[in-house]
Amino acid sequence: MPIPQPLSRFALAALMGAVFTAAHAGDLVLNTDASDPAPKAAFDALVKGFEAENPGIKVKLNTFDHEGFKTSIRNFLSAESPDLVTWYAGNRMAPFVNAGLFDDVTDVWTKEGLADKLKSADSSMTINGKKWGMPYSYYQWGIYYRKDIFAKLGIAEPKTWKELVDACAKLKAAKITPIAIGTKQSWPTAGWFDYLDLRINGYEFHMELTAGKVAYTDKRVAAVFDKWDELVKPGYFLANHPSYMWQEALPSFVKGESAMYLMGNFLVAPMKEAGLKEEQVGFMVFPTITPGVPRSEDAPTEIVAIPAKAKNKADARKFLVYLSKASTQAKVNEILQQLPVNKDAPLPTDPYLKAGFAMLSTAHALAQFYDRDASPEMAKAGMDGFQRYMLKPEEREEILKRLEQVRGRIYK
Amino acid sequence: MSAPRSALAVRPPQPIIPAGWWARHQRSLAPWLFLAPAMLAFLLYVIAPIFQSIAISFTEWDGLKEARFIGLANYVELSHDPDFRTALVNNVVWLVGYLFAIPLGLALALFLNQSVFGIRLVKSMFFFPFVISQVVIGLVFSWFYDPTNGLLFHVLHFLGIPPVAVLSDERLVTYGIVVAGLYPQIAYCMILYLTGLNNVRPDLIEAARLEGAKGWSLLWHVILPQLRPATFIAVVVTVVGSLRSFDMISIMTQGGPYGSSRVLAYYMYEQALSEYGYRMGYGTAIATVLFLIMLVYISFVLVRIWRQEKEL
Repeated sequence: MPIPQPLSRFALAALMGAVFTAAHAGDLVLNTDASDPAPKAAFDALVKGFEAENPGIKVKLNTFDHEGFKTSIRNFLSAESPDLVTWYAGNRMAPFVNAGLFDDVTDVWTKEGLADKLKSADSSMTINGKKWGMPYSYYQWGIYYRKDIFAKLGIAEPKTWKELVDACAKLKAAKITPIAIGTKQSWPTAGWFDYLDLRINGYEFHMELTAGKVAYTDKRVAAVFDKWDELVKPGYFLANHPSYMWQEALPSFVKGESAMYLMGNFLVAPMKEAGLKEEQVGFMVFPTITPGVPRSEDAPTEIVAIPAKAKNKADARKFLVYLSKASTQAKVNEILQQLPVNKDAPLPTDPYLKAGFAMLSTAHALAQFYDRDASPEMAKAGMDGFQRYMLKPEEREEILKRLEQVRGRIYK
Repeated sequence: MSAPRSALAVRPPQPIIPAGWWARHQRSLAPWLFLAPAMLAFLLYVIAPIFQSIAISFTEWDGLKEARFIGLANYVELSHDPDFRTALVNNVVWLVGYLFAIPLGLALALFLNQSVFGIRLVKSMFFFPFVISQVVIGLVFSWFYDPTNGLLFHVLHFLGIPPVAVLSDERLVTYGIVVAGLYPQIAYCMILYLTGLNNVRPDLIEAARLEGAKGWSLLWHVILPQLRPATFIAVVVTVVGSLRSFDMISIMTQGGPYGSSRVLAYYMYEQALSEYGYRMGYGTAIATVLFLIMLVYISFVLVRIWRQEKEL
């Protein structure tokens, strides 16, 4: 999934430094991908809090490089299993669930009444009618925009598609790139596809499409690209975007050479570090396109699951219960600068998180993001296709035909 | 001098008929025994995995569930796969483009093969690109190509040429990466030739000069033949280097834009091992094709070495 990680695969692979230690009875081994500073601090705090509440249980934390984890989890789930692992909700956990590598934790959910407390993640944690882990954090996607530039040019925050396109035209006329994007890693393109599809065809259709039940040559998919055309063809996106990672596209936004950025809330930290003030940057909900389609959002959820081969499942369940509590989630997410899933957790104070919370708590439904909702292979082909489309919109027919071919092969 | 002599004197007489089976076969068995550990490791870690991965290429396997035998389906799919074709073509571009490192390295070596003050320092400066990690070179070249603030942008701007975003253009991207790859490879070929030039026989050059050879004809007919071993090694390492090209691509473009800079090795990695991959069967099918290509080349090298050894 799209998680911020600069140049990490090679630089950090060397730092993986995760050492397995055999656990004694009463010990828990937790393998995480929390290699970035904030997640690492959050997990340290989490473990400390749990050990204080459960004397006698020691938690051994193995931290993996974020990218390396995605590969190594497959090894340790099927061989020497830890007692707990971090992972992602939605279809991204389906391969492990279907291969019988995750433990069914519906019992914890029922006993603690979590279906209500963790309502927003209820559907994304359910596969085959059972629950497969504990969601503890999520974050919103939306358009971050330069309030100061909008004010200078007399542009109001766009609420509808027409207003968004008009705003782009005005910005372009003022020699400002309307929309920043970096597609060297192709996932940011999927943010645009997700939102256009969610606003034009709605959540239910988007889920059917990502589950491989609808053809990419369907005319409803064509409608998405018709709208996308209105932004791509006039050149409203940052030029040469495949040369930049999402972080490398940020300087143009910071310097005021571009004015909008559709991104997850993890954009905020590097943005502030680069010197932008809160009064300069606003957060807007992605504008309405087809009136009457209920508003749904992308909000990728992070979870902790119990591997099926875990040795200490009893204590692992205690950990999940601790993790589900409102107070725990509030503390962890304050460090992560993300949103707690538990609805009883106190509201965040950060203005962007506050806006995100308001947006998500009134949403019709939450998608996980294209590369978590679609199967990994489909996601890869899809995002390559979106990137190609954004460079060569005239090849759209061919791209969609190719995607349909891939879909036909994957979802036989 | 007296000690060894006395040692010889006390040596017992050799038995004429070897005593046991071991003693009779000792001489023929000993080399095999010494080779055994290495051969065992080679068998276990190189030969066996080759057959194993060929076997996997006939299956559909995500690395978690049971592998399912599907015959040649992966190869059939490969033959229709446009991404595979792109990767194969790019491999050829890499192979041809990379070979430029050899004449360029030779040119540099000839240029630097002088005895003036400080030439050692200059030589080591020219060798420096090979010492730096490929990853660093990839990064430096991505900045070089940066379409908003890279060196290339400024140079083109200065010359009044409209800027090109090399790494965002499906037609240019592979060439752009090959150029980055050439940077260290030229240095490597240069050092091979420099050592070769050290061994050129001065008397032959002298003789050639007396015969009136100079310039190109001296280079072509006298020096180059003597550099044949260096050229051979340079070709071998360059071709292998081009087929292994992976790190540069991963660092500079991650195979993009939309897969147009992938080579077989990178495509295999993406299909089998990357975040969105886990098609082990398909990945190993690509690996098998790459292996067959390499096999042609490796057998050429082996035959060549075998002939050379026979001549000696």
